[in-house]
Amino acid sequence: MAIIFKQRPGLVAYITCGDPSLDISREVALAAIRAGADVIELGVPFSDPVADGPVIQRASERALRHGTNLAGVLQVAKQLRQQSNAGLIIFSYLNPILQFGLERFCAAAAEAGVDGALVTDLPVEEAAEYLRAMKSRKLAPVFLAAPTSPEKRLRDVAKHSRGFVYAISRTGITGTRQELAGDARSLVERLRVHTKLPIAVGFGVSTPEQFAEVGSFADAAVVGSAIVQRIEQNPGREAAAVSEFLASLTGTAQGAVGKG
Amino acid sequence: MEETTSNGQDSTASPPLGKPGKQPRVRAIPGRFGSYGGRYVPETLMAALQELEAAYAVARKDKAFRNEFHRLLADFAGRPTPLFLAERLTQELGGARIYLKREDLLHTGAHKINNCIGQALLARRMGKHRIIAETGAGQHGVATATVCALFGMECVVYMGTEDMRRQELNVFRMKLLGAEVRGVDSGSRTLKDAINEAMRDWVTNVRTTHYLLGSVLGAHPYPTMVRDFHRVIGQEARKQVLKAESRLPSAVIACVGGGSNAIGVFYEFIKDREVKLIGVEAGGRGHSLGEHAARFDGGGPGVLQGTYSYVLQDQGGQIALTHSVSAGLDYPAIGPEHAWLHDQGRAEYVSASDQEALDACLKLARMEGIIPALESAHAIAECIKRAPKMDKSDIVIVNVSGRGDKDIGILRENVAF
Repeated sequence: MAIIFKQRPGLVAYITCGDPSLDISREVALAAIRAGADVIELGVPFSDPVADGPVIQRASERALRHGTNLAGVLQVAKQLRQQSNAGLIIFSYLNPILQFGLERFCAAAAEAGVDGALVTDLPVEEAAEYLRAMKSRKLAPVFLAAPTSPEKRLRDVAKHSRGFVYAISRTGITGTRQELAGDARSLVERLRVHTKLPIAVGFGVSTPEQFAEVGSFADAAVVGSAIVQRIEQNPGREAAAVSEFLASLTGTAQGAVGKG
Repeated sequence: MEETTSNGQDSTASPPLGKPGKQPRVRAIPGRFGSYGGRYVPETLMAALQELEAAYAVARKDKAFRNEFHRLLADFAGRPTPLFLAERLTQELGGARIYLKREDLLHTGAHKINNCIGQALLARRMGKHRIIAETGAGQHGVATATVCALFGMECVVYMGTEDMRRQELNVFRMKLLGAEVRGVDSGSRTLKDAINEAMRDWVTNVRTTHYLLGSVLGAHPYPTMVRDFHRVIGQEARKQVLKAESRLPSAVIACVGGGSNAIGVFYEFIKDREVKLIGVEAGGRGHSLGEHAARFDGGGPGVLQGTYSYVLQDQGGQIALTHSVSAGLDYPAIGPEHAWLHDQGRAEYVSASDQEALDACLKLARMEGIIPALESAHAIAECIKRAPKMDKSDIVIVNVSGRGDKDIGILRENVAF
């Protein structure tokens, strides 16, 4: 299993695959890994991303316009695995996986060298068959924990997650925010009671200060919309722009704890 | 809202990802119709859905809640609605006797008010005073704005900008009633996109806000709860037809977008096996993907916006664009209970094209003095096709789910005199 956070906070980088092309997504992922990302979340674009804010909605639309599909995303994963040992997570809504076929997806993901998956709209209650299929291929199911999740739900989320648990910093959709809500810290504390897995905090992390703040209470930070925005704003030099951004993001924090 | 058990909700068919194996869960209300339904939403919404389910499970058995619901249905909304024998249409078509269930006569002009009263009462019980809703044709938005005015609640309605254009009158009505209408510019700028945006609002403001979903769609408990609030349509129709004819109808016909008016009028007849249940989807302007909204004619099982049902989609699981002249039917998924009724063969689903619906609208206006909503006109269109082939001793009930005032602009563009 390649989901290892080498330093604190670890960095999980999300990209919407196929925006602007699968080749560039692969280059951006490699650049993110070189800039310190421990885990890459390979986002599968979906036509109706109800959990996502405008930045990822637009990226998904661009990716779908030229026919990006799950098979293409798995191809990117396979290529990345040949060049890197970083953690690779497929990040998707349920329907593209359902239509691809659950068993077929798990087989193909394992074959590509993927470490796990996070399915945004699949809560633990509905996940029995998914958990079985993932387990049979030694893939790590990562579930979301939310500030609104009561204790029992947090326990189930922790129990069924492998690799890490993804704590949503606040109620809402993906996208950058000025400050992190106090929700995040207390959610991580509540989750710690139920799991020894690393906890990654996501939704809204976009500045060095926020990144450092997450490091003070969680094991890793997920950066998504801020990366996708750099890709959108820097046509022709996407990988370089993401690289620069991540260097500025992590420089302070990882330096501060003396391991960077 | 009586406590009769549903048919098939205890079916043993497997949901798409298997049965919830080792986690025996006590749900107050069954969340599946055969393998359809369920609860496919981001974790942030799960607690709110469980809270809603629990609140509804208590409320539906609470006499005071039921009395208040039925009092408002009668005194505010104007129930019961008549079952009207359409004599001229019957003669003209020369077959079955045609009865119209007049939901178009309800306050706000469509059946949607039934569900809005029920959910607003529930939101009040739950202490949530901010209401959000999506709307396609605007009928659900108007009904939501209406009950929010009645209960003094804050109201935000999401509506695709394409729908705002073609249902301009309803946009104005919502604003008159004090609601804020937020235009949605993504995707096909219709109902599906309005639901996405309402879900994004809900996931952000879930602690203070109730999402007043307008059809038998979405995650559990919505499909069951919304159906229960509309059951009164079929309960009345069954009593009325028995009183008028001393027997049950041969067929009940209703249009199906998400399917709330259809399930409302069907539900009481499901146990009457001799009564044919016919749902009419939007055939749009062509047969290829993107030109219609007939989920049973080109769609397949999938997950959209919280529920597992028939969905119009491509091979990669991306949701297809849809088209219908009627905004209320212009949606790529159908309520999960309809998927189950379809697979069981208990209900039959057909489609009517844009042109057939427009023709039917005009025919009903000219023959019976009733201008139906273009959604309801799809049901009339099927009746026009079917009644002549039936025996004169047969009885057909068509649910006229709403009135056509809102469609005057579209009719003006499409009907030549």
